[in-house]
Amino acid sequence: MSAVTVFGLTAAAAVGLGLYGLITNPQPLRKLLAFNLLGSGVFLLFGIIGRRGAAAGFGNDPVPQALVITGIVVAFAATALAIALLLRLFRTAGSTTLRSDAPRMGRGADAPGG
Amino acid sequence: MSITTVFESVLAALVLGLALWTIAVRETYSATVGFVAYGLMVALIWVGLDAIDVALTEAAIGGGLGGIVLLGAAARLRDTESTAAETPNRMVRLGAAALSAAIAAALAIAILLLPDAAPTLAPAAVANAAATGLANPVTNVLMAFRGMDTALEKVVLLLAIVGVWSLASDQAWGGRPGPHHEADPNGVLAFLARLLPPVGIVIGVYILWTGADHPGGAFQGGAVLASMWLLVIMAGLADTPPASSRRLRLVLVAGPGLFFLVGLGGLCFGAAFLAYPIAHAKPLILGIETAMLLTIAATLALLLAGAPERSVPR
Repeated sequence: MSAVTVFGLTAAAAVGLGLYGLITNPQPLRKLLAFNLLGSGVFLLFGIIGRRGAAAGFGNDPVPQALVITGIVVAFAATALAIALLLRLFRTAGSTTLRSDAPRMGRGADAPGG
Repeated sequence: MSITTVFESVLAALVLGLALWTIAVRETYSATVGFVAYGLMVALIWVGLDAIDVALTEAAIGGGLGGIVLLGAAARLRDTESTAAETPNRMVRLGAAALSAAIAAALAIAILLLPDAAPTLAPAAVANAAATGLANPVTNVLMAFRGMDTALEKVVLLLAIVGVWSLASDQAWGGRPGPHHEADPNGVLAFLARLLPPVGIVIGVYILWTGADHPGGAFQGGAVLASMWLLVIMAGLADTPPASSRRLRLVLVAGPGLFFLVGLGGLCFGAAFLAYPIAHAKPLILGIETAMLLTIAATLALLLAGAPERSVPR
């Protein structure tokens, strides 16, 4: 088996593991980690396709490479935004649970009206 | 194609093991550490795939800065773990396992059955390289052939920073992002924060400059500059600028602003939006990249710093 195929199978497994963690883990931070894992697997699949498209003296097709670079930066921006939302939820509600019937233990520091 | 070497098989096994660890381990902090290690190992896979540009980006942004933001959140939320024990029941877990396994298997089969004459755009990228005067095909794709993607991605970064800042409380609105850091002025952190930035700034600018012809570019260089700035902030030698600062906001819009300005110039005087005049393509692209370097460095660092937490006296 060639190295590209081995890396491709690893990427497929990362997608599966990420999806499983995203569904089953109740904690938002763990869901975020799992989602990033899933995304990283998808990026790697792009890399496999690009590696197979090696031509004209390049070891990897530059177009999927550029798309993945854009994707990594956007994934980081989305993760940072999600983390900021999570920390704000924790400051406001006192916990990070996603359950809709969770008891509210709000300190009400920034929301005097309720 | 060559047979897998021992190094490549060990690398794939390590990445798989770290991915499993990230999902399965009990403690969230350990899972986050596992994910950061996973990101760095994935960067090595990108090297193995001959995609050095992506490897640099993954190591600097995916594993590095992304790792810091996740670790910071994991440390802050460490005490909440016991309250969030709501594991889904057995049926849900079995169903999720079946679904995930099916999707992974489908992807694996697709990888094994890929056509042998793989489609590629590399020859097209080489054939048109003369139009920009840059020798790095990835930079050509990012800045010229698919420049629209990159321009819109800058807007995404800007939207993310607006989103993070809008999570500030009323008292801290427009204030300084993140907590105030204090470190021992004679400690190792403060020492490194004085020693490393001059070197780091040179390396960041070099990565941008060399990105025209070799692996590198504005993202990777910007990530290095951002980490240098963060090092100085975390050592308490400088503070984050207030979100209401006009100069800061100018830096944040400089990259996408210049990109769209040049793009509109192409629309008015050239063939299409973002069409560079061939004689000036290289200086224009390098100019946009320089503005983008500053914007990316500031945006990445401020995304990491988080929402404004401290008000500034007016």
